[in-house]
Parts: sequence; C-alpha cells; structure tokens
Amino acid sequence: MVETRGLRYQYPGGPALSFDDLDVPQGATLLLQGVSGAGKSTWLALAAGLLTPSAGEAVIAGQRLSALSRAARDAWRGRHLGFLPQKLHLSEALTVERNMALAFYAAGVPEIRGTVQTALNLLGVGELAGRRPSQLSGGQAQRVALARTILMEPRIILADEPTASLDDEAALTGLKLLENCAFQCSATLVIATHDRRVQEALPAAMVYRIGHRAAQGSVAAA
Amino acid sequence: MKTIALAFRYLWSRPLQALLNLLLLTLGLASITFVLLASEQIDRAFQRDLAGIDLVVGAKGSPMQLILAGVFHIDVPPGNISLADVEELRRQPQVAKLIPLSLGDAFRGFRIVGTNADYLSHYRMAFAQGQPWAQSMEAVLGAQAAQATAMKTGDSFIGSHGLGGGGHGHGEHPYKITGVLAPCGCVVDRLILTPTESVWQVHEKAMAVDDEDRKALEAEREITIALITYNSPLAAVTFPRYVNSRTDMQAAAPAVEVSRLLRMLGVGSEVLRGVGAVLLLTAALSVFVALWNAVRERRADLAMLRMLGATPAKVAALLVCEALWLAVLASVLGLAAGHGLTALVGWLLEGQRSLPMSGRLWVPAEAWIPAAAVGVAALAALIPTVSAYRVDVAHLLNTR
Repeated sequence: MVETRGLRYQYPGGPALSFDDLDVPQGATLLLQGVSGAGKSTWLALAAGLLTPSAGEAVIAGQRLSALSRAARDAWRGRHLGFLPQKLHLSEALTVERNMALAFYAAGVPEIRGTVQTALNLLGVGELAGRRPSQLSGGQAQRVALARTILMEPRIILADEPTASLDDEAALTGLKLLENCAFQCSATLVIATHDRRVQEALPAAMVYRIGHRAAQGSVAAA
Repeated sequence: MKTIALAFRYLWSRPLQALLNLLLLTLGLASITFVLLASEQIDRAFQRDLAGIDLVVGAKGSPMQLILAGVFHIDVPPGNISLADVEELRRQPQVAKLIPLSLGDAFRGFRIVGTNADYLSHYRMAFAQGQPWAQSMEAVLGAQAAQATAMKTGDSFIGSHGLGGGGHGHGEHPYKITGVLAPCGCVVDRLILTPTESVWQVHEKAMAVDDEDRKALEAEREITIALITYNSPLAAVTFPRYVNSRTDMQAAAPAVEVSRLLRMLGVGSEVLRGVGAVLLLTAALSVFVALWNAVRERRADLAMLRMLGATPAKVAALLVCEALWLAVLASVLGLAAGHGLTALVGWLLEGQRSLPMSGRLWVPAEAWIPAAAVGVAALAALIPTVSAYRVDVAHLLNTR
C-alpha cells in the first residue's frame, strides 16, 4: 500500500512541490501521470526514501519512511522496493547473472542459490545468464531488468516510463509482464508515465495525475 | 558478491585503461625498488670491503682511483711503488698491519693479486676446498672466479698481462691452484690470490735479459698498493700527511674517498628516485582520470546501486577498491620488476667482474613500496570517491 499525507518537497533554492494525499491498497496498480517536469521523479524519489520530504509523510508498503534513518531507508529500499528505470542500467562489466546479483549485493543480503536463475526463468530469459548486456536484444534486456526488479520479491515496484522507447507490441508485452510480476509478488505497482498506451493496457489501474501547476508549487490528484 | 570482487570486475571492464595505469604505477614502483636495492647493496659492499682498512697507499695520482683499484678492484691502479719505501712504512709506529698488493695480470678477466696470508685473514676467508699457497706460483681462487672459470684445486692456468684480459700470456709461468675460497660476498670472491713473489717471478723473468739484469730488478722490486691498518685512530690525523709529504707515494683515506664516491653515486640514485616519483605522480594523475571517467560513465549505474539499496559508503567503497586493486597489483609487479632489474644489473656487473648485486635480497625499506602504492592510489581515488559517495540518484530518475 501507499499512503501519503501532506507530502511536500522544497528543492534548495528551487520550487516547492506539494502533493495531494494518496491511498493505494497493497497489490493495486497506480499510474503516476504528468508532463515532464511536473514532479513525477520527485514523487518517486520521495516514495523510494531517496529524498526526505520537507513536510508530510509517506507510508510505503506499511513502512513509515520518516521513522527510518538514512541508512535504514537504504536497507529498506534494497529489501522491499523494486525499481525499473526507463534506461535499464545493466552494467556491461558484468554478465546478466552478475547484474542480477547486484540486487543482493546492494541490499547487503546474502545471495540465495538459484534465485537469480529462477527469476530469469520466470521472465523467459534463463538461457541468457552468461551473456553480457550488449549481447541482448532490447526486449531481452528489459526482461532481465524486470527480473532484477522482482528478485528480492519487493512489496512495491516503481517503474519509470517503462514503455517510452517501445513499439506498441513490445510496450503491451512489457506492461503485462510487469503487472504479472507485481501480482506474483503481491506488490503495489506504481508506473510513472505520460504514455497513453499504458492506461489503455491497464484499465483497472488507479491514476494519480500531477498537473502543470506543480512547477508553481501545487499538484492536483485526478 | 563481495565489494572487492565487484571492483575487480569493474576495473577490468576497461582493460586497456587498467593496463596503462597498472604499467605506470608498476614502472614508478620498480624504479624506486631498484634504487633501494642497488644503494643498499653498494653501501653493504663498500662497508664489507673497506672493513679494517684505514689507509691505502700507492703511486701518486687520483686518490679515488687508488681506492677503486686497491680495495674494490674495479679500476686500474695509478702505478707501482717501491718495495723498499713500503717496508719503511711498515716500520712506522702508527702502522699495525700492512698488506701488500701487486696487480698487473689477469686470468679470463679475473685479477691475479699478489699478496700475503694477511689478506686472507683480513677478510676472514675460509676454504671451500684445498689449502693456502705454500710457495711461489701457487694460487687460490675466489668463489666467483672459481665458478666462472670452472677451475678447481690441482688445475693450472696461465695468467695474461693486463687487468682486463687479452694481454700476452705468461706461458712459461703457469700457476697451480692449491685451493678455492668459500664465498664471502666481498671483493675477494672476484680475485685470484697468489704470493707476491709469484708476480715478481713472472715479470722479472719476462723482463730480465740475464742474471745480472734479474738481480738489478730484484733490488728494485715494487708492489702496486699497500693496505694499512692503524695502531691508533689518532694516526689518521698525521700519517696520511706524512706519506704524502715525505715520500713519493700517495695516501688515500677510504672513508673520505668513499663518502665522496657515495655523494657522486647519490646524485645518480636521487635522479632515479626522482624519475620514480615522477612516474608515480603520472600514475596518480592517470588513475585519477580513469576513476573520474569511470564515475562519470557509471554515474547512472552507481545511482542504480543506490536505488537497489546500497549505501553511499558502499558505492564509494567500490571506487576505493578499484584503486586499491591497482595498488596491490602494481606493488607485486613493481617489486618483482625492481628485483628483476636489480638481478639483470647484477648479472651485467658480474660479467664485468664488478660489484656484486643480487635481485634476491630484500631490504626493510621495501615495505614502503606497497604503502607508496596504496597512498598514490588512495590520493588519486579521493575526489572520484567523494563524487561516487554523493552520486545523485535523481539522475537515474531523470535519465531518459
């Protein structure tokens, strides 16, 4: 679940962004919509515990983030939050398998034998474990990144513009995979997007629209 | 996955850059290692060879040449001195011990030195085989001379005129080997020792045209150098002056000449040390640029690590570990290369029958080599590490 109350963030020397209160049940899907610069990234950073709100608070997957120290927020994020960036950021220095294992390394959790392969198999890319990211097609790379996102069985998944560079068919496939993964983890899925195709593909999703006024200091929920 | 293993993979993901940095660091450390090893061994050789010798007396000329020829046997002597004058010196009350040395011949590049048993006892020489000479035209070989010439007790050899070899052979006067000395790590290892009378015998018979002529030569016998030990340290004040002003000979104080020599060598070693330092500085800059670029190129990857739960310290540790990997590898390679270079120089010097130098020696100062490597790497990694520590995760969210 995601609960925010009076959430506000003041950029040093920049605009203050205020976000309307929000309640999203655990396991639901939320579409975070808005034009570029509206505040989607700031909201994601606040939800991930990367930014500390100037006011208000956020309870994410049952955890009041303001109650955690910075280090504890890092640990919480590693263990309970999955993140799928638009640019996948699979390191060319590592094989697919080692890229996956980065999730364990970053979270400071001992690698559980077989988990990486199971996640890759789940996404249908189990045979690619030994390859380098440059040896993958775009679709394969996205599946690998998604497998890494769900590796720790997160309670919440944040996806940032997951369909931005995909054609219609790939976008639809990607969204369905993302939804299935979230469902299998019983995770709340938050997708930041301004792609209309996402709403069409996920008609049951809640929509949280961040308007143009965000730049002047306010945000409207739809 | 451990930080150290991950850092290693990141480091070698840019193999050319990693190799270049490793090469620069290694060259700098190898240069410094070589200077440490060479200067230590030169110091040791000087101390060992000079032990107990207070004054070297020979023909007038360069005092430095006298020391190099008479003590270290790496230069030609300025000339000969009269045996009668030397015996006069021996009778002086300040002189506790006087060892005569007669040079002039060599065998396969190893100097044949005419002397007496005091020379063997001065360097506390032990015999690996055989025994000391009992009469003229018998000889004992230093360990290195025996090994290089493959000669042993009972063998005979013919000396050739001149110290470098290649002169005409004294074919009618073969030497018989009575013993081989155990290695001492000192100058004697490179010498062939024989009674002074052997040298006189070889040269007088070669030069004399008849018995009368030989008798005249016997009356004017010479040696090349006299090594003197004082009765009292106070003699150092007056005795050299006495020799230089009252005789036709020249006195050279090893302590003075060697310190002058070490100052001259010191300039060379300082230059080499400076080159090493410049290489290390270059390596530090190169490592800095490499790590800085690595942070720039991997900013999003590092941010991704933060998003996956890594603390800023963990992300920064990756950069530090990359630098430390370079330091550790360069330390191992630099030490190995430094010892290898020393061994190579030692091999070349051995070919020239010069100072002994070994690549197998370890000196305590070498412990500073890994410390220097870590220091350079840590310094180079400082700013990139801070940059990695402060990596902005929002960058990841804004990467489109």
